[in-house]
Amino acid sequence: MTDNVDRSKRRLLLAATTAAGGVAAVGAATPFVLSFMPSERAKAAGAPVEVDISAIAPGTMKVVEWQGKPVWIVRRTPEMLALLSKHDDELTDPTCSVPQQPEYCKNASRSIKPEIFVVIGICTHLGCSPSFRPEAAPADLGANWGGGWFCPCHGSRFDLAARVYKGSPAPTNLIIPPHQYVSENMLLIGDDEKKGAA
Amino acid sequence: MKILKNLVGWVDDRFPLLDTWKEHLSEYYAPKNFNFWYFFGSLALLVLVIQIASGIFLTMSYKPDALIAFASVEYIMRDVQWGWLLRYVHSTGASMFFVVVYLHMFRGMMYGSYRKPRELLWIIGVVIYLALMAEAFMGYLLPWGQMSFWGAQVIVNLFSSVPFIGPDLSVLIRGDYVISDATLNRFFALHVAAIPLVLVGIVFVHLVALHKVGSNNPDGIEIKKHKDAKGHPVDGIPFHPFYTVKDMVGVVGFLIIFCAIIFFAPDMGGYFLEANNFVPANPMQTPAHIAPVWYFTPYYAILRAVPPMFGSQFPGVIAMGIGAIAIVFLPWLDRGKVKSIRYRGPIFKAFLAAFVVSFIGLGYLGLLPATPTYTLISRILSVVYFAFFILMPWYTKIDKCKPEPDRVTFK
Repeated sequence: MTDNVDRSKRRLLLAATTAAGGVAAVGAATPFVLSFMPSERAKAAGAPVEVDISAIAPGTMKVVEWQGKPVWIVRRTPEMLALLSKHDDELTDPTCSVPQQPEYCKNASRSIKPEIFVVIGICTHLGCSPSFRPEAAPADLGANWGGGWFCPCHGSRFDLAARVYKGSPAPTNLIIPPHQYVSENMLLIGDDEKKGAA
Repeated sequence: MKILKNLVGWVDDRFPLLDTWKEHLSEYYAPKNFNFWYFFGSLALLVLVIQIASGIFLTMSYKPDALIAFASVEYIMRDVQWGWLLRYVHSTGASMFFVVVYLHMFRGMMYGSYRKPRELLWIIGVVIYLALMAEAFMGYLLPWGQMSFWGAQVIVNLFSSVPFIGPDLSVLIRGDYVISDATLNRFFALHVAAIPLVLVGIVFVHLVALHKVGSNNPDGIEIKKHKDAKGHPVDGIPFHPFYTVKDMVGVVGFLIIFCAIIFFAPDMGGYFLEANNFVPANPMQTPAHIAPVWYFTPYYAILRAVPPMFGSQFPGVIAMGIGAIAIVFLPWLDRGKVKSIRYRGPIFKAFLAAFVVSFIGLGYLGLLPATPTYTLISRILSVVYFAFFILMPWYTKIDKCKPEPDRVTFK
C-alpha cells in the first residue's frame, strides 16, 4: 500500500491546501480587524467648532471641545507676549521646526493674532491635559516660572506659546489646530479654508 | 449508595471520571514539605472563581455606554439589592488577585520553581500574569470615572509612541481618535468575554503542565528520585485529602482578610479604589494627580524614570515592557547549582533582597507625583531592578551554594 503513495504529490497538495486555507483565514479575519477601526460616525464627528472669544478677559483661558479634545483659547497680555522671546535657550524647539502647527502659526507667538493663542490641550507625552498656570513664580513650580502649562501626570512644562521646556518628558510642543477668524470676535476651530467674503 | 455507584460507573464508561480524579487529586503526589508559600496557587484559583462569579452578576446591572456607565455603577451601589457587596467583592478581588499572584511568583523565585523541568510551566504562568494585567486594565475603564478615563488615555498613548505604526495602532485600540464610547464598549467585551475565556484556558494548561512535571518544594529537589514499590515518590503525599485540607485552612485565613477589607475598608485608603474615580470622566480636564492602581505602579515608575530619547517616549515604553516580562527569562538566566534559597549563597540572597526592595520601592514611587528627587530614586531602583536579571548568569554562578539534601527536610 505504502509503495503506491506519491509522497511529493501529497506534500504539494498539503502545501497548496495550507496556502489556500491561510489566504482564506486572512480574508476572513479582515472584517473582524477592520471593525476595530473608527466607525463612520466617529470619523464624521470632527466637525469644526465656532467660538465667541469676546468674553475672554486678558490673561485668562477658555476651554472648548473639538473632536473630543480640549482646545484652549488664551487672551495673552502684552507682558505675557514680551516674555515669549526671553527663554529660547530653555526650550526644546523654540523655533517650532517640528510641524506641530499650521504654516500660518509658525511664528514667534505661534498664533494668527499674537494676543489670541489657540492650542489643543493634550500633552504630547502621554495625552493628559496640562493645567493652566499663568501666574509667575508659584511655590511649586519655582522662581523661574514665567507662566504657562504644567502637566500633572508626568511633569512636562510648557511656556505661554505651548512650547515645551527642556528636561520635560514631552518630546514636542503642543499641537495647534487649524483655525481661522470668521469675524473680529468669532473663531472657527478645525477649519482654515477661507470662505468667500465672510 | 448503590444508585450513586452505578451512576458513577455509567459515566466512567463514557468519560474518564475516576482516572481524572485519581491523576489530578487522589493520586497526584505532591512533596510532603509544602509550607506557607504554597497556599497562593490554590488561592489564585479561588480569587479567579470569585471574580468570575461576582463579575457575571455585575454585568447584569452595568451599562457599557459612556453616557450612563458611571451612573449605572452608582445604581449598582445604591439601588441594586446587595449590589454594593457584589461591586466591592469584585474591586477588592482585583487587588487581592495581584497580592496573591505576586506572592505566588515570589515563591517560585525563592525556591527556583522556574528551573528545569518547569520552564514551560513558568512561561505559562507569565502569560497568565500578562493576561491578568490586560484584564485588570480594561476592567478599570468600565466605571468611567476620572481615573478610568485618564489612566486609559495614558496607557493607550503608550502604544502611539511605537515608531511608524504607533499612531494608527492607538486609533485601532481606541476605535476612535480619543478614548470614547467605542473604547468603553470594546473594553467591556474584552473584559467580560474574551480575556476571561483566555485566562480560564491558560490556567487549565498551567495545571496540566504542573501535574506533568510535578510540584517543586521548599528544598528545590526532585521527589521523583526516590520511589516506593508502587512507583509513588516516598516524599510525596496524595494531593487529596492532604493538601485539599491544608488549602482549606489557607482559604479560611484568606477569606477573613478578604471580608475584613470588603466590609471595613473597601477602597483601602485610595489604593484599591482611587478617590478620583468617584468623579465622572471629564475629557476636558485631567485630575491634579493621576497614578495607576498599585499593582501597575512599579512598571509605571520605570516608564517615568526613563527620559525621552531622540524626541520619543518609546525607550521608556520599551523599558516598562521589558520590566514586566523580564521574569520569563529566569529559567535561562539562573546558572546556580541549587534551586532553593535554602541552599543558595549570600550573593543570590542579597540580589533577591535588592530586587524585592526595588520592586516595592518603584511601586511606592509610582504612586507619587514625579519630582526631580523621586525621579532620581526611581532611576536608581530601575537600575537595581534590571541588574537582578542582567547580572544573574554571573552572580548565580560564582555564588557559594550549600549542599542539597538527598531527601526533603520535614519535621
